[in-house]
Amino acid sequence: MEIEGYLKKDYITNLVGEGKRADGRRFDEYRSIVLENNYSGEKACGSCLVHLGKTKVIAGVSLDIGEPYSDKPNDGVMSTSAELRPIASPRFESGPPNDESIEVARVVDRGIRESGAIDTKKLFVEDDLVWIAFIDLHILDHCGNLIDAAGIAAISALLNTRMPKYEDGKIIYGEYSGKMPIKCVPIPCTTVKIGNSLLMDPDTDEEYAMDARLTVATTDIVNAMQKGGNGAFKEEEIMSAVDMAFEKGGQIRKIVTGD
Amino acid sequence: MSGDDDVILIKDGKRLDGRGFEEVRNIKMEVSVLDRAQGSAYIEWGKNRIIVGVYGPRELHPKFLQDPTKAMLRCVYNLAPFSVEERKKPGPDRRSVEISKVAAEALSSVVMLERFPNTVIDVFIEVLQADAGTRCAGLTAASLALADAGIPMKDLVAACSAGKIQGQVVVDLMKEEDNFGQCDLPMAIVPRKKEVVLLQMDGKLTREEFNSAYALAFDGCMKVYELQKNTLLASMKKFVGEGGEENGD
Repeated sequence: MEIEGYLKKDYITNLVGEGKRADGRRFDEYRSIVLENNYSGEKACGSCLVHLGKTKVIAGVSLDIGEPYSDKPNDGVMSTSAELRPIASPRFESGPPNDESIEVARVVDRGIRESGAIDTKKLFVEDDLVWIAFIDLHILDHCGNLIDAAGIAAISALLNTRMPKYEDGKIIYGEYSGKMPIKCVPIPCTTVKIGNSLLMDPDTDEEYAMDARLTVATTDIVNAMQKGGNGAFKEEEIMSAVDMAFEKGGQIRKIVTGD
Repeated sequence: MSGDDDVILIKDGKRLDGRGFEEVRNIKMEVSVLDRAQGSAYIEWGKNRIIVGVYGPRELHPKFLQDPTKAMLRCVYNLAPFSVEERKKPGPDRRSVEISKVAAEALSSVVMLERFPNTVIDVFIEVLQADAGTRCAGLTAASLALADAGIPMKDLVAACSAGKIQGQVVVDLMKEEDNFGQCDLPMAIVPRKKEVVLLQMDGKLTREEFNSAYALAFDGCMKVYELQKNTLLASMKKFVGEGGEENGD
């Protein structure tokens, strides 16, 4: 168990009961979101470092050529992985992905995949060959709400991804033929329940104190949802979490697209 | 969720297996099907066949994982290699790790973990045949197995999914509907408090469609809950009828 979070739990819960948060935010207020596009340099086809408050996540996009899925021979392929690097938290350890990192990767993946954000039809190369887009989420500093930070990083990195040239059966890295075809911008928004209150964008103490969380990834419709944590939600709480996700998702989308 | 529009899933207002939009597949449940496990359950849900075993509360190793305030509830969801048409490579993949995680969280909300500090309760969900909706069926059976093990719980967890096929919101997707539908929304509830303990979704749903999918899934969960209660009651009647403790353990 995490003794620090355990000791702070009552404090956080009581504070939320009084309608306040430790850092003074409103319940539906996100921490500041700062994007650094192409952060990792020129080797990656696309990348973005997202600061969500003090949480830092870098997403990198790599492209390769490979075989399509047999049931969709004309569509490109996408794959998302997340690594909770030990640099990010005293709680994380080296080694293969655990359930926590798999959940982050799969929820981010679902939002992008199900919204059809990547125009996979345009990633067709020739018979039995398509582009494969790897999205790698590197968690560098875990100060809460990894799913939202990772989701924002992933779609931001995709938006600045360039397609390498492909000539005579070879990929020419470093030379580009255009931008990655992106059709929409899915944004995941996470709401946690502490006592009887709903809070968005939890920090680590709030995550420890929470009963449950609900992530809703939206475009103009709902594309993915994931409930986590050992507690339960009432129907009206789920409905407000969905409504809040639409509203905040719209605001965050503007930051991501720069509108 | 390919959202393939060419595949016909609804004909004359009926689904491929003749079900209506609000109709759950046939479900059969049984408890105490295993000898060594503390508690166990078997469920047939449409073509799904799943067996669940529960061990514990028992000592948790390695020791640093122990929580002095409560028991840990671990869950392993495993697809047998022969449970699907194309053989599934044995061992955990990312999908089953995620399902194990959300299932453990859902069950943790009803099991009175604070009664057993420093221990672990292990729930093993073995899918013998899969035909969409295995996490709901597995979770439904898992809460029966926990009850069968005599582990104190606040309520059962009942699960059921809803989804969207050819633009129509329906309850409890079967394999073809899962493959070619536009959305899947698995849900699990604590029926007496009417609270949601598992909720996932992938696909495409408008805000309004979400409301109706939620209502259908919730309704499906309540139907499953009635079956669960009947199953446990029948097992108790059998237990008492056969002379109680001599036959039970």
